Amino acid sequence: MNTMTLEQRKKIHPHKYSLWIAMGSITMMFIGFTSAYIVKRAQANWLAFELPHIFWLSTAVILLSSLTIHLALKQFKERNMRRYKQLITVTAILGVAFAVCQWIGFTQLKNVGLPLDGPVSASFIYVIVGVHMLHVLGGVVALLVMFARAYRTRIRTYSPVPIEVAATYWHFVDVLWIYLLIFLSIAR
Amino acid sequence: MSNEATLHSQQEVMHGAHDHHDHEHHHEDSFISKYVFSMDHKMIAKQFLITGIIWAVIGAFFSVLFRLQLGFPDATFPWLESILGHWAKGGRISAEAYYALVTMHGTILVFFVLTAGLSGTFSNLLIPLQVGARDMASPFMNCLSYWFFFLASLVMMASLFVQTGPASGGWTMYPPLSALGDASIGSKIGVDLWLTSMALFVVSQLLGGLNYISTILNMRTKGMAMTKMPLTIWAFFFTAVLGVLSFPVLLSGFILLLMDRHAGTSFYLSDIFIAGKALANEGGSAILYQHLFWFLGHPEVYIIVLPAMGMVSEVLAVNSRKPIFGYLAMIGSLFAICILAFLVWAHHMFVTGLNPFLGAFFVLLTLLIAVPSAIKVFNWITTIWRGKIHFTPASLFSIGFVSTFISGGLTGIWLGNSSIDIHLHDTYFVIAHFHIVMGVSAFFGMFAGIYHWFPKMYGRFMNNTLGYIHFWITLIGAYLIFWPMHYEGMAGMPRRYYDYSNWASFNQFEPLNHFISVVVIVVFATQLLFIFNFFYSIFKGRKMTTQNPWKATSLEWTTPINPGHGNWPGEIPEVHRWAYDYSKDGRDFIPQTEPIGPNESAH
Repeated sequence: MNTMTLEQRKKIHPHKYSLWIAMGSITMMFIGFTSAYIVKRAQANWLAFELPHIFWLSTAVILLSSLTIHLALKQFKERNMRRYKQLITVTAILGVAFAVCQWIGFTQLKNVGLPLDGPVSASFIYVIVGVHMLHVLGGVVALLVMFARAYRTRIRTYSPVPIEVAATYWHFVDVLWIYLLIFLSIAR
Repeated sequence: MSNEATLHSQQEVMHGAHDHHDHEHHHEDSFISKYVFSMDHKMIAKQFLITGIIWAVIGAFFSVLFRLQLGFPDATFPWLESILGHWAKGGRISAEAYYALVTMHGTILVFFVLTAGLSGTFSNLLIPLQVGARDMASPFMNCLSYWFFFLASLVMMASLFVQTGPASGGWTMYPPLSALGDASIGSKIGVDLWLTSMALFVVSQLLGGLNYISTILNMRTKGMAMTKMPLTIWAFFFTAVLGVLSFPVLLSGFILLLMDRHAGTSFYLSDIFIAGKALANEGGSAILYQHLFWFLGHPEVYIIVLPAMGMVSEVLAVNSRKPIFGYLAMIGSLFAICILAFLVWAHHMFVTGLNPFLGAFFVLLTLLIAVPSAIKVFNWITTIWRGKIHFTPASLFSIGFVSTFISGGLTGIWLGNSSIDIHLHDTYFVIAHFHIVMGVSAFFGMFAGIYHWFPKMYGRFMNNTLGYIHFWITLIGAYLIFWPMHYEGMAGMPRRYYDYSNWASFNQFEPLNHFISVVVIVVFATQLLFIFNFFYSIFKGRKMTTQNPWKATSLEWTTPINPGHGNWPGEIPEVHRWAYDYSKDGRDFIPQTEPIGPNESAH
């Protein structure tokens, strides 16, 4: 069995590979959104406004969570399971906190007279930020699965692949958010 | 994503293989895990194929129904009322039903049959078998891919039965018609179900595509360099890349459309009056949707036709006992088509008020596609040139593919020119063009694949006589149906109309429309013959007695006649040469697994 495993496993694990392609795919989706945004902005009746300030806080939160998941991966590799569990818990909480911040941002927008069904420029913020938020929450679900797995006693996993996949995805949604933030701040 | 489930199943695959190796010991499969939630790529391929066949019958039957209206606008068919109810009062299809049928015909054939049914079937079946892998990179995701497709199918099927009928704004689902429930009866819940179904469909395609790519890049057996792979695999690879990069953009377009429908946003809507009442929506642009849609929509036609091209290349080489002509040129042209596919979407939009200066670039890029296409056609013809051709149904369908791809492709050069397109846009000329080059051709590729790899799927052969009847009637019928449409289109006859009888200039086409509709019915009946042949042969077909009935070189024919999960009972064979060593050094064929001899040069 071992030889067969080796025989089929080349340099990079297939799951990691699939993840990279999936990330390319998700990127294409956001390129779709942002290019629609650019096309729309070039047309008449575009209303420019400032982004909610809380988005800067959410940026800090997601950057911090990237750091914690990085440390979690490191602890896992050193088989420091107690620290590992703490760190992925913190990461998941930060992920939820990020989503809450974005939600507060939505209510702030609404309060300044820019609801979802208001001007198109505002609708875009809701959709783009909202879809990104769903991707972060998807990451949180993945972390919950990892968490449950870490507490399982019957089967123990020593393979770092799942946590590596989760960490890469987490960094990806982080970078994606930075891109969106810069994009939305510049192309107003 | 459950990595663990995947790894477990992979281990199972390997155990399974081991067990077979030690003989006698069968590894237990319940009915559910073998036939329903199977993780074996071969079973998933069959699931895609049979679901695709069911959809194809429905989609083709819809075309028969609306051809009845187009061919016999004054006639009544009482039996129509008994199956369609109030959609065909008095035996005549209503205008609403006509639009619903046309929309569903397009959606079903483009997405459910020629995308999922074609690349879903053959990518799943052939990738692991031809690259030498036990299964896909992630069998679990592969299984999910089918079941998302199944869910999408259920939702789409359900939309046929809701009271206000399915979506009926055309398969492209352009706003504002599709965005406003009040705009027409076919824009109500039918469109919501359509969008839901398509979102599920996109998920299915992405899960599948991820798997195809990572399997091809990571799981090739020893010695299987990328340049030793059969062209089928290259074609599936580029198809998957196109899908993975373009379907998400379609999804973002759909999300915006859903928001417009239900959240009151105005991405696509501006200054609209319905029944004399002004809507509040302001600042949207319907053209935006067209950009997002066609950014997928154009690659989509290559998603449909590339797998057919790959299979045709393979079938032609095997059946003319000659190496494929210009192997690297074939890969290069697939690659070129793949790149150009993303750069030509605006040629669907020449008459939307697109800047003519911009249009010139899209014309140029569109016409450039003729170059790789012509390379491929040239190579197929030179492959069969002076070959020892075995005229099996599969090779006939492959030759038919080359024929329809040429005749449909040439009219693409007309339509790609923005100035000619202004006249021909939205006429029957367009219908003729894309049905021949993408519909009929892709179907021919699919039929070639089914006839050729049926023995690998079911361990039996399909009936040849029925296959020949199927081929000739379909080929002649397809030309009889679509060729006359070119003339109608050049005369300016617009597509999508329900009734032309009030239009004196098109009265001359009345007999022609009768004729087309009659041929449609004959061709449809012939497809039922094929389906009978397919299902009958699964159970009663002539049994396969040798592993390699077509004397082909590629790896799938080194597996047992009915391969288990894991494909090869022992070690996966090692590959030493490319897949096209036919008629070399006085030998009919040399399998890929045979080492290069001391006095022999690799291709």
